[in-house]
Amino acid sequence: MADSAVSDAVLLPPRFADWFATRGWAAREHQLAMVAKAREGRHALLIAPTGGGKTLAGFLPSLIELAERPPANSPRGIHTLYISPLKALAVDVERNLMTPIREMGLGIVAESRTGDTGVSRKQRQKVSPPDILLTTPEQLALLCAWEGARGLFEDLRCVVLDEIHTLWPTKRGDLLALDLARLQTLAPNLRRVGLSATVDDPDLIRDWMSPKAGIPDAAGDPGPGPGAGAGALGPGSPPSSRSGSGRDDVGVDLVLGPPGPRPVVEVLVSEGRVPWAGHTAQHAMAEVYEIIKRHRTTLVFVNTRFQAEFAFQELWKLNDDSLPIALHHGSLAAEQRRRVEAAMARGELKAVVCTSTLDLGIDWGDVDLVIQLAAPKGAARMVQRIGRANHRLDEPSKAIFVPANRFEMLECQAAIEAIAENSLDTEAPRTGAFDVLAQHIMGCACSEPFDLLALYDEVRTAGPYRALTWEDYEAVVDFVSTGGYALKSYDRFRRIVKGADGLWRARTADTVRRHRMNVGAIVSAATLNVRIAMRGGKGGRKIGEVEEGYLEVLDPGDTFVFAGQVWRLVGVTGVDVLVSPAPGADPKMPSWGGSKFAISSFLADKVRRMMSDENAWTVLPTDVREWLEAQRDRSIIPAPDQMLLETFPHGKRHYMVVYPFDGRHAHATLAMLLTRRLDRLGIGPLGFVCNDYAMAIWALKPMDGLDLADLFDEDMLGDDLEAWMDESFMMKRSFKACALISGLIERRMPGAEKSGRQVTFSTDLIYDVLRRHQPDHLLLRCARADAASMVIDVARVGRLLARVKGKIRHAALNHLSPFAVPMFMEIGRERAPGGAADMMLAEAADDLIAEAMS
Amino acid sequence: MTFTASLCGGVAMAVNGTQVILKASGALYVPAADALLVADLHFEKGSAYALRGQLLPPYDTRETLTRLERAVDACAPRLLVFLGDSFHDGRAEDRLAPDDAARLAALASGRTLVWVVGNHDADGPRALPGEIIEEMPLESLVLRHEPLPGVQPGEVAGHLHPAARIAGRGGRVRRRCFVTDGSRIILPAFGAYAGGLNVKDAAFAPLFMGRPLAAALGTDQVHAIGWKSLVGD
Repeated sequence: MADSAVSDAVLLPPRFADWFATRGWAAREHQLAMVAKAREGRHALLIAPTGGGKTLAGFLPSLIELAERPPANSPRGIHTLYISPLKALAVDVERNLMTPIREMGLGIVAESRTGDTGVSRKQRQKVSPPDILLTTPEQLALLCAWEGARGLFEDLRCVVLDEIHTLWPTKRGDLLALDLARLQTLAPNLRRVGLSATVDDPDLIRDWMSPKAGIPDAAGDPGPGPGAGAGALGPGSPPSSRSGSGRDDVGVDLVLGPPGPRPVVEVLVSEGRVPWAGHTAQHAMAEVYEIIKRHRTTLVFVNTRFQAEFAFQELWKLNDDSLPIALHHGSLAAEQRRRVEAAMARGELKAVVCTSTLDLGIDWGDVDLVIQLAAPKGAARMVQRIGRANHRLDEPSKAIFVPANRFEMLECQAAIEAIAENSLDTEAPRTGAFDVLAQHIMGCACSEPFDLLALYDEVRTAGPYRALTWEDYEAVVDFVSTGGYALKSYDRFRRIVKGADGLWRARTADTVRRHRMNVGAIVSAATLNVRIAMRGGKGGRKIGEVEEGYLEVLDPGDTFVFAGQVWRLVGVTGVDVLVSPAPGADPKMPSWGGSKFAISSFLADKVRRMMSDENAWTVLPTDVREWLEAQRDRSIIPAPDQMLLETFPHGKRHYMVVYPFDGRHAHATLAMLLTRRLDRLGIGPLGFVCNDYAMAIWALKPMDGLDLADLFDEDMLGDDLEAWMDESFMMKRSFKACALISGLIERRMPGAEKSGRQVTFSTDLIYDVLRRHQPDHLLLRCARADAASMVIDVARVGRLLARVKGKIRHAALNHLSPFAVPMFMEIGRERAPGGAADMMLAEAADDLIAEAMS
Repeated sequence: MTFTASLCGGVAMAVNGTQVILKASGALYVPAADALLVADLHFEKGSAYALRGQLLPPYDTRETLTRLERAVDACAPRLLVFLGDSFHDGRAEDRLAPDDAARLAALASGRTLVWVVGNHDADGPRALPGEIIEEMPLESLVLRHEPLPGVQPGEVAGHLHPAARIAGRGGRVRRRCFVTDGSRIILPAFGAYAGGLNVKDAAFAPLFMGRPLAAALGTDQVHAIGWKSLVGD
């Protein structure tokens, strides 16, 4: 292209152009576009698929600037800061970055700084900073809370935010946004660069990462923030970029990489059948194994750790060829995960069974297939996972979906359509959490004294906090200072105090030290170390970590699968779970609730449409098609805008099965609220069960005569919800996370680390007391917001109720329907865990199916 | 050991021959002496943490007081005995909010308060009414803060904050509890912020000859639970 040859010459200094040439490359258009943005001093968001040279595109402008920079007489601070969501990624990028620096002889110092970096290196980095520092949001928060932060960052020219699409809608993203605002104050000329995978709405990320000033509060209209420049692009800018998009200009230009070829995605229908129910896809394991054998390296993605352990076991049972198949999930010891990753990088593995822990991470060129076991749950996550296969831009990635049951078959088909149309799940704009803000304000006070009003203006240049009101801001500052209690008894114990100069600072050096030990916004469930039991009741080698909840279902003597082997629980001492190997034992497989995704609204919508469109059934396997036809003949197939509700007797009970297709979290919340209502109506509800597609409630009395419009009225989300939520364990869990992040409770204290166990107990006591005496306390507001959005998906229940208003299709049946069969199998599963359930299920399933299909 | 359910959800039994009632509030009532016993209130634990920079909600004292007033109102005893660690530390009494201190003092009207001292409050209160004592005989019982090892017939103590964890259908629950073998008894902690120590912990082993029984505090009821149903943490 003539144009790009011209801009090449203008944009790339000879040394860089030569380097590309000697490698036999040409700089890609989006890489040059990023250099152009830098020359114009514009913030930029680059969206490109994996393998598109995205990281180099992010660093290229900094490398050029550093190479052209005249030598300094005095030492300088950091020039470019790179932030990655994973520390492994920061280390890997450091390694990759060294290649061009070395080959071009640039003399640029690039170093990573993570939790694993040694103390002496960290100290040296503070005294003589590298030109490029690669780190994580948590390490950045720590550096920002350091008293030398100003000197370290005042020369900062560029911050590169990698995999920004995974960070921005989270509390870690809130923390990062606040630290970006801080950095911009310290270094007003700082340029922000975001690197993202394909997303549905890039404007959300542009808005999130923009430094534009806050939305005016009633107090008055603040002036334009730093860096919010004019919108017009200079002439000659590449065609693939734009500066605005109809919304007001946020000062962040969008650069699009080449889209790359469409991935090739298939659905595996093992031996032409899809099971009625289940989540493990056990039926297809033999075929999955054969497929792994035929490929170079396969990533087998699952949705939960339990599924990962299960699939790994099943594959090894079939592994007569002793293929190197490994396991990777968040509960394995870090060293073990690193070993798997290293073996993978060396190309030694045939397959890795993994959870979302490998959604992101370092590039493995050798992966030529991604298998998704069980339903994808979201189109965006699927695209990310599929992108892990074949990190070469010119070849399509290849993926196979393996649905575990019939509803999942519909979901897989919907996901394939979505990927083909390149339409992805949408996210809502992010509102920053108060607990994170509290942590940040404390961090600011630890770094240097701050002015209340100036910090307010600065905080509101952070995307998620742009609409923060002065009232809420003051409440957070008061919380940081005195705890924010109506009873003002802690005024003398303030953590931050206002000095005679009008500035706020940390009260004591001890407060500062303790804050720095507790920085971060990742609160994982309390975890316990799994260790091999030694003589004398002591714990030996650590084999991994489990969430506390995992143990709730296990008793000493019980066997379970962990890290790919069968273990017997010996006992628990402190934070250690002691186990002994139990090879060959039939494990009592505990259900593992952790990290389950719910189906996205976007996919659910597609599933509803596909189900109601008989023409779309032709792509489905015969047994699934027959199942849909039987449902049509014996009950109802609802229109896409309708919600099906079936009532029927079964055994000695009466059932109501509802099919909103709105994900397990929303369903569980709705079922809980409906149960309360049915109880008040004297129906005598006995229990309920939910999955991603439907919920079933059973009761003593029939429910076909109920006023359904009344039952599903939106007022359900009022008092009923609040009363239920405040009592629920979910609130206690959310409160604990907020208490930890905000600094009310300390995870680490000088000298001793609190075990998760102790923390669990004391935050519950605090929650109970606070709820009774100050129900509107900042942290309770924060915990309620978290529980509503993250755990029980209240917003989605609200949308569900609004959507189905006047659209409930009631089928009063005299026996269960084909659609209800999977729900009934879930009921069986809930009651009798382990092998007994499978036997029961096998017998019961035949009867159920006979009843539904007769 | 024999138990009978008492009115108001408690459990009636004999400890070393003296009839006592284990109340759902966590208090122990001794009818023969018309005495109510409570252990480990840890008043001002919240402000003790605040002193060190952790600003826990300052409502623990009034929460504990409300519970205590309710327990006292329920049986209007002549004698109210605190079994030690009533205050979280030596300076806690000075940190009491004036209205909380007044409520506490009001409990002394029409009855005698006895402050058995504990390891957290070795000197007892200075300004509040009541007698301060190391240990105290009552009927065939002896009241002290920290249980002594070996056989101690009639000992009523606190200090250990016993809690029971029970595995049942539908999950597990962890509750504060009494622990007794009919010869001695350990009371649950009464304070709002007092944590609990699992009765399966080694600290309880030297105190009982056989397997003791845990009486767990339900919402309005005390549940006697056999050793076999208890699980460790």
